[in-house]
This record gives sequence, structure tokens and C-alpha cells, in this order.
Amino acid sequence: MPARRGNYYSGDAAAFCRRPLMDQALIRELKSLLGPANVLSQKEDLMLYEFDGSVEKARPEVVVFPLSTEHVSGIVKLAAKYQVPVVGRGAGTGLSGGALARGGGVMIVFARMNRILEMDLENHRAVVQPGVVNLDITRAAEKAGLYFAPDPSSQKSCTIGGNVAENSGGPHTLACGLTVNHVAALELVLPDGEIVRVGSRHGDTPGYDLCGLFVGSEGTLALVTEITVKLSRKAEAVKTLLAIFDAVSDASRTVVEMTASGITPAACEMLDGWTLRAVEDYIHAGFPRDSAAVLLIEVEGLREAVESQAAAIEEICKVNYARDVRTAKDSNERDLLWKGRRNAFGALGRLAPSNYVLDGVIPRSKLPEALEQIHATGKKHGFQIGNIFHAGDGNLHPIVLYDPRDTEQFKRAIAAAEEIIRMCVALGGALTGEHGVGMEKNELMPLLFSDADFDLMRRIHDAFNPDSSLNPGKIFPLSKGCGEIRARKRGQPARDRP
Amino acid sequence: MHTSEALLQTFAIAGRAPMAVLKPGTAEEVAEIVSFAAAEKLAVIACGGRTKLELGMPPQRYDLALDMTGLCQIAHYDAGDLTFSVDAGMPLMNLATALAARKQFLPLAVPFSSTSTIGGAISSGVDSTLRMQYGTSRDFLIGAEFVDGTGRRCKSGGRVVKNVTGYDLHKLLIGSLGTLGVITRLNFRTYPLPELRGACIATFPAMEAALNFHHSLLNSGLPFSNLELFDPQFSALLALYSKQAGSGIPGSPGKNAWHVFASFEGIAGVMARMQRELQERCERAQAAHYETLDPQDSKRWSGALQESFDWLRSAAANVALLRIALPQWAPKDVAELHLVLKQSPLRSAFALRACNVAYLALLAEGEDAQTNAAMERCVSHVRSCVEAKDGSATLLHSPAWLKDRINVWGPKRADFPLMQRVKHAFDPHNIFAPGRFVGDL
Repeated sequence: MPARRGNYYSGDAAAFCRRPLMDQALIRELKSLLGPANVLSQKEDLMLYEFDGSVEKARPEVVVFPLSTEHVSGIVKLAAKYQVPVVGRGAGTGLSGGALARGGGVMIVFARMNRILEMDLENHRAVVQPGVVNLDITRAAEKAGLYFAPDPSSQKSCTIGGNVAENSGGPHTLACGLTVNHVAALELVLPDGEIVRVGSRHGDTPGYDLCGLFVGSEGTLALVTEITVKLSRKAEAVKTLLAIFDAVSDASRTVVEMTASGITPAACEMLDGWTLRAVEDYIHAGFPRDSAAVLLIEVEGLREAVESQAAAIEEICKVNYARDVRTAKDSNERDLLWKGRRNAFGALGRLAPSNYVLDGVIPRSKLPEALEQIHATGKKHGFQIGNIFHAGDGNLHPIVLYDPRDTEQFKRAIAAAEEIIRMCVALGGALTGEHGVGMEKNELMPLLFSDADFDLMRRIHDAFNPDSSLNPGKIFPLSKGCGEIRARKRGQPARDRP
Repeated sequence: MHTSEALLQTFAIAGRAPMAVLKPGTAEEVAEIVSFAAAEKLAVIACGGRTKLELGMPPQRYDLALDMTGLCQIAHYDAGDLTFSVDAGMPLMNLATALAARKQFLPLAVPFSSTSTIGGAISSGVDSTLRMQYGTSRDFLIGAEFVDGTGRRCKSGGRVVKNVTGYDLHKLLIGSLGTLGVITRLNFRTYPLPELRGACIATFPAMEAALNFHHSLLNSGLPFSNLELFDPQFSALLALYSKQAGSGIPGSPGKNAWHVFASFEGIAGVMARMQRELQERCERAQAAHYETLDPQDSKRWSGALQESFDWLRSAAANVALLRIALPQWAPKDVAELHLVLKQSPLRSAFALRACNVAYLALLAEGEDAQTNAAMERCVSHVRSCVEAKDGSATLLHSPAWLKDRINVWGPKRADFPLMQRVKHAFDPHNIFAPGRFVGDL
């Protein structure tokens, strides 16, 4: 067993927990289990895995690439033997630090467990390994007129394992629900290495809804090694509208009225003027550069329903002073509009060294108020905050552009972010709609949850992950009742990439 | 607190009455009662309309009944957001009325709709006939408040339609039969009431043709609200029930015919399209009889099917009602099941409901040893066939003696130890409805 004590972790991991140094014997054992090619332990290799899509940073001590469930079980057992933590990771596109090794230790990257094991098209099911890329499921199903509904913006690269851990959403969550609504069964590896299946292919077994618990548990209860997903049937007709506004308030009022009148489009996205100009310069999606906001609205279903819904939406837009409402003429135009939406974060990357994409939820009727407050918060902290988000379900994504090399500016970015999330809660909303709590918002959790809530969540956590060996330092606030574990200090530049 | 024997008997489960019935008026009072129960190790069962107390196994212990009907207010209704929060004891009927006033509804078309509470509907996890279109309550329950087994008030989720903050503990409460906590409040998203609702009914003299027709509709991609297929015995019972309920179903189900019922909703254009598509498909499938139902009749049929749990369980002196879920119900699976049923001397009624769930009622008038043995044999036989296909068969209703011999939930599955951990985390003193749930949880 390891004898020395020390600090192996970069960044704040050291502050988060102190434990014995990783034993080289563990690395040797991992190599013998997986083969040397599936184990990384050199600093320059590990540095690639200390980031995800968030502003957080934490470096693992060893990165492993299992090829099978048995490998994962073996890795977990070894980690337990040497008392080091384990964190799972897919493509590393997460936005809340969920797949960062906050406690150092072993990072299990599922990139090589990326096979689609079965396509049961007749029953609308696919059985996949966690490393399968989200969009690849749809690609494998589309010839049968089926698709996998959850569509995060990163769907070309994010993996289904990460989607399951974070309960990811996307623009079409509005009508289709989050990942949890599209998962029927899971194969799990528990922290002691036990392999167990929950749920069933038909998704209807007697007993507690364990799938509902594990999906979205952010890798803190078990590692997911196989997923049975539900496939949806493509709608017969789709119509994509672009409503153009000269005032942000008109666009947000349109969303409020649309919701209140009972129209639920398949997607309803908003881009404010500042954001859409950045996108237009980069993608040329057809967003008018001189507008204050656009709504990208999609309706789908039977032809007859789509026609009538689109007409009703156009009417509401016009009543709220939309300058113009355009309809995508064909699938090329539709794809281009969506390309603009999906690549928006990339477009903004051209404007500043880094950006901080927030994720908060508000009741949809509070949209105009929330956008005004975000604007005011930006002004107060000296930022132009862009907004590109899932307006239809009240899921905000304010974007703060900043330079991480400027410590003072980063502190202000964090302060602005926190202010906005607090505002979401004050408006009756929640901390996160689809990115997860991770290590980004765990300290804000007491805004929503009481001691009794935490005690129960902690008991659930401990029922599966009693030693916190799995993804430590996530979801739960560290600043409360965690003994020697100290909260990391936010507002220090964790990210040093250019 | 009530302790009169007559009242206690109205809260009895499987012949066992509680020591006392308590009727809290607030969530705080629920927490106080549960704290007391936890300290005294008293078993607590929360009740609403008491329409489905028979679900599950008989409780191992049952000291206190909580009459939750005192918590019956709508706490928030944000119609513009299509969300609301409601106390657990709110009757479904009253809730529906309040939502309808704003042209909205909760797509929870469950049995006992005139007497159930929302808490009971969620806690029991009974099937909704709108599941095909709207999903299960898991898809529209967005948050919950409840008292855990230590007597503390907890919550999960929230009042917004999209939320991944913290563990989704409210999902665990669905169908947990009161074994994890006492639900005090539930938050839902609502849906706009459809402009129009319609339905069609088609009959076929032969099972095979009906099955193929049903299967073709399932694969048509048409947006049905509900799609059910039922055998001649089921339709005869349905006719009898609706006659007794005074809502005689016109175009009354033909004798000896297999029926396919399809319902749908939307604007006039969608109705016309669905009716046209169905008519064409019926003609192609050579249905013996086909009828587009007018709105009144559509409603009657849908209502009768929604209540099938209720009327099936009272269709004979002795009824075993099985809910069977399979990965898929291909025509051959239904045919195989009916071969099994043919070997039994008992009468039976079968309906293939939406989303790969089927209801099978075994009916017996007598309770003699021979009949009982036949019933037990048939349940076991059906169950082994279902389990061989990776499905599950749960007894929704059964005579008391059968529960002594067969576990209504079926065998424990591989994930049972995980369920035990969940139960222990919520209810460390094992005071909530002990023994009623899967694996005697």
C-alpha cells in the first residue's frame, strides 16, 4: 500500500483532498489488465484530460481506456485496492466539470468502448456502449426512419455515456424530453466492481425506477457501461421558422405568449443580436445582422398539424412586432439555420480567448424579466453577455466572454455568472437545465436544497458510493459538513489555455 | 386521530386494519406523525381515495393509516408556464376541473378517476391510457415534496419543465406504493387540452387478422393517443360494464369478435386525416365491421377502457388480473398466450394495451380447490412464458389465497439489492408500508 503522503494534483485538486500518493504498482497493475497502450500516466498525456468544456480544471493521475465492461470492473477493483478515486469520461465536452478528476486518481475514458451492440429497429431500441457518439445512434437508425431524440449542441462529438451521466438535453428537449426520457435500461459497474443491470428493454419492470435515478447522477453512483436507448420515429412533416425582431423584449414576449396559448413547438431557440451577428460572420446561416433577436422555431408532426401550428406561431410573432417570419424552403435551408445555432459557441470563440457558457432555468413566463436582469448584470461587471438559448423551456445560456489570463476579469466573470444563477433561482427556477451541477455549481446547491434534502441525497449517494471513490467533489457542496475537505475557491483562474 | 373500529376497517388492507387513522392537514403534521412513527417503529401507510389498497403484497406490519385527503389544495398554478403544484390528497376529478378552466389537462388517464387522489395515482404507478402519446407520469412529473422515513420534509426537482439539479428522487416515488416516503406535494407540467378527440373501432372474426391489423397500425407512424386490441371475452365484459354504468357503448362490440380500438386527437384537419387513414387501412385489412366514433362515443369508449382495471377485477367472483409487459408483443406472442389460456378450464379476458403492456384477467365463479388450483397453475404458466421472453407479469388483483401462494410482483431481479439500498436510504427504520413492494420491501 502507498506510504508517502503528498500532493499529486494540479490546480485546486490539492485543496480538495489530500491522500497518499498514487502507487506506481497501481499503474503497473492497470497496464497488465488493459495492456500498456490503454494506460496513460505521463504528465504531458495527462494534461490533455484536465479540461472539459467548462471553466474548471483538474488533472487525473492516470488515464485508462477500457475495452469491455469486465475491464471497467477490474479497473474499479484496482482503484479500490489502492484507495484512489475514479471518474468516468466520454468525449470531455461536458460543461460543468462532471468528467474532471477533482480528486485526482484514475480517469476512465470510454472512447474505446464505442460499439453499437444492437439495433432493434422494429422495437425502437438500440443497445450501445457508453463511448458511442450521440449522433452516430441517429445515423445508424435513420434509414429506418428513426432517430435518437436528445440532441445536445455537441452531438457530433459528445458520447451517450456522458449524456446519460449528465441527463443532457438539447434544442428538441422542449417536445421530446431529456436523455432520461429516452433510456430504457443500463448496465452499471458499482464502486466495488460489481456489474449489475437496471431497467429493461421495454422499460416496464416492477420495482423502483433505478434508471430514473442513475441517469443524471453525474457519475457519482456508478459507472455506466451499456445503455439501451429508445429510438423515436421521425415526424412526417417538419417546418422551421425564423422570426426576426427589432427588440429582444418582443422576441421574449412572443415565447411567453406562444407557451401560454398552448403551442409546443419541437424546438424554440433564441439568439440575441450580438450573438447572431457573431454567428452570421462565421457561419452565414442567414440571420439578419441588423436584427435585435431571432427565434428559431421548429414544428413537426402530421402535415395538417404542422401547417396549422406554423400559421398560429407566425400570427403570434407578427402580433409581437416581428419584422419578418421566414420559413426554411427545404432541408438545406433548415440545416443551415440549425448549423448557425449549433455552432454558435464556436463562433463566439472567435471574439475572445475564452467563454463561459452558463446554464440556468426559469419559469418561461419570466423570460423578459430574466433577459433584462442578465443585461444589467453584464453591465455591472463590465461584460457584454450574449444569449443563445432554449427559450421554449426557459433554459437560459448566457455567455460571458473573458480572458482567462486576466485574473481580475475571470473573477468578475465568475461573479457575474453566480449572480445570474442566483437570479434564476429567485425567479422560481433551477441551477441547471441540462449541463449538470458537477463542480461548477455544487456550492450553489444550498440555494435550492435544505439540510434534510442533502441528508437524503447523501444517503442515496452513500448507498452506492460509500467511500466517495466515484467522482468525488461533485454535486454536493464541499463547504458544508465535509470535515477536512475544504471548498475550492472559485474566482481563481483554473484554466490557463490561450 | 380516529380509532373507531368501523372507520379502521375502511382502511384495512388484506384484512388487516391499522391501530389508528390520522388525518394530517399540513405537510408539517405529516412530518410530525412520521417522526413519531419512526421513533416508535410504527408502520405507516399513506392513503388517498383508497381505491387501490389491494395493490402489492399484504403489509407485514400496519399500525397507522395516514388519510392524506386533508392535503387537497392546488398550491401554485402557473397556467402561463403550463406548470402546477398540488397537494397529494387532491382528488383527480377536482384537479381536472381546475386545469380545464384554463384549457389544460394532465395526461394521466388512470382508472378510478372519479375517486382517486393525485398522490395515489402517482404512488401506485397505475397505467394511463394516454401513455402512447404523452408517456408515463415520469415524463411530466417535474418535482415532489415528501416526508422521508426519518420524519423530515424533503424535496426533489422543482417547478420548471427542464431541470437536472440534484438526484431525481421524485422519479423513484412513482409506483413505489408508499414504501419510500409520504408524498405531500407534486409538481407537474400540463398540456393544452386538444381541440378535438376522436376514435375508431374495427372488428375481426379471427384473431390473426386483428393482430396483424393492430401491428400495422403500431408501425404506421400515425400519432395515436391510444391503441388497444382485445379479445371477444374482453369486449363482452366491456359491453356489460358500460351497460351497467349507464353509458352503453353504441355499435356494441360484436360477439365473438376481436376488436381494435384507436383514438387520436388534434385539430379538425388531423381528425379527418386520421379517420381517412384508418378507414383505408380497415378496408385493406378486410375488417368485418368498422366505425368512426362520434366525439361522445369516443369519450365513452376511452372512459370505459381507462377504467378496465376496475371492471375487470369485479367481472367474476374470483379474478386474477395480470399486467404483462414484454419487450415486444408480436402477433405470435399473443397467439402463444392464447394457446396457454386454451389449456386452462378458466374463462379469461385479454387486452393488448399501448406500449407493450397487456392485461389478462382469469375469471372463476367458484372458489373450490380444483378451480383455485387451475387459477394458480394458469398464473404460473403465463408467468413462466412471459419471463422466458424477458418480460414481467404483475398481479394487479387477486384473491387473498393466491397472494399467500404467489408473489404478486414475480421473482426478484438482478437489481433487487440496489432497490434495497434505495429503500434503506429513504426509510432506514422500515416504517413505510413494510412488505408490500417488490421482494417484500
